[in-house]
Amino acid sequence: MNRKWSAAALAGALTLAGCSSDLPATQAPGGTSESAKAKSEFFDQSEFERQLRFRTAKAVGLDSQDGAAKPWEQALEPQLADTAKYAKPGGGYHLCFSNASVDNPWRQVGFKTMKEEVKLHPEITKFTVLDAEAKDDKQISDIQSLASQGCSALVVSPNTTATLTPAVEAACATGVPVIVFDRGVKTSCPVTFIHPIGGFAFGADGAEFLKDKVKPGGKVLALRILPGVDVLEQRWAAADQIFSGSQVKVVGVEFTNGDAAKTKSIVNEYIQREGKIDGVWMDAGATAVAAVEAFQDAGAAIPPFVGEDQQDFLRMWADEKMTAVAPTYPTYQWRTPVIAALRVLGGKQVPREWVLPQPKVTQDTLKDFIKQDMPPLHYAMCGCEGMPGYPAPWK
Amino acid sequence: MSAVREQVRRRSGAPARARTFVITPVVVVYLALAVLLVIGSVLVGLHGGVLLDHGGVLNILTRGTVLGLVAIGQTLVIVTGSLDLSVAYLVGLCSLVAAETMAGSTAMIVPGVLAALAVAAVVGLVNGLVITVLKANAFIATLGVALVLRGYLEHNYTGPAGTVPRAFQHIGYDRIGPVPVAALLMLLLAAAAWWYLRRTRTGYHMYAVGGDVDVARLSGVRTGRTIVTAHVLCAVMAGLAGVFLAGRLGSGAPYVGTDAGYDLESIAAVVLGGTALAGGRGGVAGTIGGVLILSTLDTIFDDLELDSFFKDVVRGVVLIAAVALYARRRTAGRSA
Amino acid sequence: MRARPRLTGGTGPVLVVLLVLLVALAFAGPAYAEPSGYLALLKRAAPLVVLAVGQYFVIVSGGFDLSVGSLVTAEVVVAARLVDGDDANTWWVIALLLGCGILVGLVNGLITTKLLVPSFIVTLGMLLVLDGAVFLWSGGAPRGALSPSFRVLGRGSAEVPVLGQLPWSVIVLLVVVVAAVWFMRGGTGRLLLALGDNENVVRLAGGGVDRLRLLAFVLSALLASVAAILLAGFAGVSAQVGDGLEFRAITAVVLGGVLLGGGRGSVVAAAAGALSLEALFSLLNLLGVSGALESAVQGVIIIAAVAYAAHGAGLRRMLRRPVLDTV
Repeated sequence: MNRKWSAAALAGALTLAGCSSDLPATQAPGGTSESAKAKSEFFDQSEFERQLRFRTAKAVGLDSQDGAAKPWEQALEPQLADTAKYAKPGGGYHLCFSNASVDNPWRQVGFKTMKEEVKLHPEITKFTVLDAEAKDDKQISDIQSLASQGCSALVVSPNTTATLTPAVEAACATGVPVIVFDRGVKTSCPVTFIHPIGGFAFGADGAEFLKDKVKPGGKVLALRILPGVDVLEQRWAAADQIFSGSQVKVVGVEFTNGDAAKTKSIVNEYIQREGKIDGVWMDAGATAVAAVEAFQDAGAAIPPFVGEDQQDFLRMWADEKMTAVAPTYPTYQWRTPVIAALRVLGGKQVPREWVLPQPKVTQDTLKDFIKQDMPPLHYAMCGCEGMPGYPAPWK
Repeated sequence: MSAVREQVRRRSGAPARARTFVITPVVVVYLALAVLLVIGSVLVGLHGGVLLDHGGVLNILTRGTVLGLVAIGQTLVIVTGSLDLSVAYLVGLCSLVAAETMAGSTAMIVPGVLAALAVAAVVGLVNGLVITVLKANAFIATLGVALVLRGYLEHNYTGPAGTVPRAFQHIGYDRIGPVPVAALLMLLLAAAAWWYLRRTRTGYHMYAVGGDVDVARLSGVRTGRTIVTAHVLCAVMAGLAGVFLAGRLGSGAPYVGTDAGYDLESIAAVVLGGTALAGGRGGVAGTIGGVLILSTLDTIFDDLELDSFFKDVVRGVVLIAAVALYARRRTAGRSA
Repeated sequence: MRARPRLTGGTGPVLVVLLVLLVALAFAGPAYAEPSGYLALLKRAAPLVVLAVGQYFVIVSGGFDLSVGSLVTAEVVVAARLVDGDDANTWWVIALLLGCGILVGLVNGLITTKLLVPSFIVTLGMLLVLDGAVFLWSGGAPRGALSPSFRVLGRGSAEVPVLGQLPWSVIVLLVVVVAAVWFMRGGTGRLLLALGDNENVVRLAGGGVDRLRLLAFVLSALLASVAAILLAGFAGVSAQVGDGLEFRAITAVVLGGVLLGGGRGSVVAAAAGALSLEALFSLLNLLGVSGALESAVQGVIIIAAVAYAAHGAGLRRMLRRPVLDTV
């Protein structure tokens, strides 16, 4: 009964289609490599090589004379695009931001940094933020809603890559400059897409470190958060590539769900099972401290570790005199979209793809990043230390 | 408080009983919705915006569409005295089935939709059979099925997959004035479900089974079949939600249902709409009111730019307060 | 004494399952060749077992507590901020957490009993409120840090005569289980069990139905606080620590053969169910089953467990409806 109804209703829908639609009429070509990757194999040789090359490329400021540009104002191999058609001199800007979520510490630190960046620019008179709470469907509505609110520029941090493409295309079609950062979308319509080098470089930074520090034949445990998240899949794909070309033996690849207790249990089981673990690679640092503790609790020596730039890990690294490295996915990238929006509205050129430098914390730079008074899950690479309000909003 | 007495009393005049109250839960829900719209308009107005402008209406209805579809199905099972915790994963699964079957081809739209609904119906059938044949409690049965679906999704998918042809994406984006076409379809399905529950034999049996399964069986209702039917219909509605989302997202997404928490959220919408969680009482009209309240709340919060954590607190309080209100009304009515 | 067989009835199957799993572990992993492997398992399982015991009280009296997962997260976040890495704060914060647990349980219980809202809805609402409120208070992410002394309960070991090093969490676990068994054997425990079976009988017999329900919710929330302290100690501060724990605890209780809707099952079985679940996860891990399939296995097992319970005994309860607190 209901099936018939639904079939009839759907048929009706198709005939009604075209009445008026928020779907842009033309099909944008879009980047194809991205979709091929999302399917199954996350490893992409050319992108892998491109990211590894970026790691040593020299970051440049966008304006010729700014030798003192900060990392979040720099770009790697920028190909500048003209933005004159969006120029809207005079200030009084209404900046809109569709945020994927604020449900993890990384996004919290980033979002706070972005809000402070907005405060630095008096020409932004209104800053409207809609939080999609990690729901694709809500973010589509949010983008539609913002598109109708007279924004001067729209910043989007997509919840997922593929699924937000139609909504972003629709927003582009309204003529507002759209700036995408963090995750991308499969369309070339945004003015710029801002992101750090990427997952391959992140994964490779850690894997190369272990390849160097772990003796041949040594046992490495790889801990991942979740399957299926493209950024995280890339991190592991790169690490896997490097480990498979080395003498290091990967004894396990496990998912922790970002759960510290589960991480600790897994590491504990591997210590029991393998007798000795000679290195730990992680695709994100959220549970790195729990993993280190598992070694302490088992009375085992802490092997070389790959973590991330969260304060709790950095402190433990220093306190325990560990051998470690912390690749970063810098939270300072949340400053860049605001800067980019103002450049676009000022008619200045921006890179089509704005690749930000992606530094790592090493033994030598560790002490510069430890901030004893910051929360344990604060990300050190926030680029926020020099901001006027620091440190109150991040505490 | 005697449950038996209460149920017998209800049995003797289920539909007629509503008339003994001037204010039924359905009326309460829509009154609450109206009050919410007024208060919301004032608050948003003070904040310098307009709640019910073109964008606002579009927002409320769009947000209500998917939740509405899932909640209509959830109403059927809850009225029957069951519940379905597997809908969230099912929504994701069906979006994938639809998008992968379509694979970007316009000719495959109908097969894609049918395939998704067929998968949904099978999952619903499994839910129903586990409950009736294996005699598992509905909570555990559907939680178990949800976990199995989750395992399948996690094992086989690493992210969005499949492509929905442009023609089908219209279902997600077309509108008549500020009213999305999909929302109209959802309301149409709600009307169909209302008619089904109130005017057909099986619908009546659902109330009977939800009221008291033993009494229903003794009076000749084929309780097992009724429960299975409710679960299949619920799953098909979740399947439709998945199909719609595939159209909106342009591809299938494994976690689109769970990220939005459609399992618990749909149950919340149903009880917010005045349907008793224990079954036997309530209906689709109230559910739609509940859905609209939730999506209006969402829109108001967005317009006021409130913290998303604050939304959770308010949602929780509203949910408890509403159900407490209904419970109070019922006991008051009973003692009167 | 008439209730005795019912109290222990149904414990058998889950103990057999647990035994099989433990033996299988010994074959699957060399670590389980010695007691220390099992001790580590017990330590890992302690928070879930404690949660399951708490959930048992609510389920056996005919309700649900969906709020325990978010209560655990909330308490860990609160603890980190209030302790702020200072050992001097440890003890009053622990007392405060237990107090908060009791308060949450009281609110759950009072709304369920006085406002006649089904516990599923009350605790679902509480889940939303706690999840939102704690991050509203802490600004979206955990801040502060736990002190070493706070973490001892979850992480450290005590020197026990004869047995040697015994993790504190295992000691807490044993205390909780023994206390729960003792409680369920007493008059109040039996009334609680009878309440889930038939509310009217308890009412007619003069038992304070509302007070019993209230007690069940308070015990559940209190034990959730204990679990939070153990988890925070075991693994440190995290914003996701409680995610999904409510369903895992309910699964564990059901696996132990305790019927949803109340009235049957023993607390030992609930604890054994939780331990079995942890043992199963360890076994799957040792056998190299992909983490993605873990949940599918869990799903099949709980359906099988409930089906077994329904067919093995209690035919009377066939098709018993899920949510039956009120009405």
